[in-house]
Amino acid sequence: MKDNSLDVMEMPLFEVFIRSANGLEHRHVGSLHAADAEMAITNARDVYVRRNEGVSIWVVPSESITASDPADKEMLFEPMKDKIYRHPTFYNLPEGVQNI
Amino acid sequence: MYTQSLDTDPLANDPKEVSDKRELELKKRISEGYVVEPRDDMPERYRKTLIRQMSQHAHSEVVGMLPEGNWILRAPTLKRKSILLAKVQDEAGHGLYLYSATETLGVSRDALYEDLLQGRAKYSSIFNYPTLNWADVGVIGWLVDGAAIMNQIPLTQCSYGPYARAMVRICKEESFHQRQGFDLLNEMMQGTQKQKDMVQDAVDRWWWPALMMFGPEDSDSIHSEESKAWGIKKKTNDELRQTFIDVTVPQAETLGVTLPDPQLKWNETREHYDFGKIDWNEFWRVVSGSGPCNKDRIGVKKKAWEEGAWVREAAMAHAMKSKGR
Repeated sequence: MKDNSLDVMEMPLFEVFIRSANGLEHRHVGSLHAADAEMAITNARDVYVRRNEGVSIWVVPSESITASDPADKEMLFEPMKDKIYRHPTFYNLPEGVQNI
Repeated sequence: MYTQSLDTDPLANDPKEVSDKRELELKKRISEGYVVEPRDDMPERYRKTLIRQMSQHAHSEVVGMLPEGNWILRAPTLKRKSILLAKVQDEAGHGLYLYSATETLGVSRDALYEDLLQGRAKYSSIFNYPTLNWADVGVIGWLVDGAAIMNQIPLTQCSYGPYARAMVRICKEESFHQRQGFDLLNEMMQGTQKQKDMVQDAVDRWWWPALMMFGPEDSDSIHSEESKAWGIKKKTNDELRQTFIDVTVPQAETLGVTLPDPQLKWNETREHYDFGKIDWNEFWRVVSGSGPCNKDRIGVKKKAWEEGAWVREAAMAHAMKSKGR
């Protein structure tokens, strides 16, 4: 909500995250509109968990999320591509070496 | 951010040769398996095509609640009522997955919904037919949802990430829809002659409209080529329709119903069923608003939206008041 007036009728947007089972992380499943976080949880249960898809729900106001800009992709992610020495497969082991 | 994309294409004002080049590049990348995500740079035509197709799809889901909703209070047993309630709730859910995915393209939910209520947006022609007897509920599950699955499975591989992901969830649930329909009909077919006649009557009325769900023939489909090039559509209308007919004929035999097409016949050389001519005049009439129930369907949606306004207002007032505390 940008202001306190009721003429802004569209309810705020929330992103929904579901943990499908204990031992697994919450995963983004989509979004929904709700007046507040409490309603967002109730709605998320009806929209995204109708068949035991989860055991825990997170809702986050969409406007609270800061995302990286796709235009910065190169700057953020390219430098990792030439650092192949960060991967174990970069190293050749002499024949016969085991458990390493 | 998942749900907020660029409202406008910053490059939309490019000279035509530049935008053509961008489109060609994206089409090429898509053909190589590239998946587009919400905030990625995308040509305006791709975005528009997606918004059109996805919002029509969302509208179809929510209007699709109405023909079956008609039977919730008239279901013959508690078991069938529970199943039908779950099914209609799923349709609402499908609409919501799809509206939320469409919003990632930078359009607001209310704007999309307003287009539906004002009659500016199209939705699947099938939902403008009435549900006249209980067997219609079964036939909708078997044929209408069956046709929908046929249409939707290829979309789980489409080039726009949020749409593809929504379709994965939807397809899983549709499979329950189709089976409960077949099961309902199968049970009626074990019943009295009157019940069998009800099933046949429903099949007679829904068969042709179900075939129309795949859209116009390829030669008359204006959006088909464009959508295919963008990886938003994977198979043509005619291909999907033929597959649907091929799998459905044997199911009809198992049920013991006759499909109302005297020209329906296995063709050895084509290895497909041949079928009769579809009445495209009827299709265009129904799509453009003159089907048996168009006015009623939108009327019901409008009434629900208007009469629910005070609830939305109260919820917002309550939320703001609690926030201030």
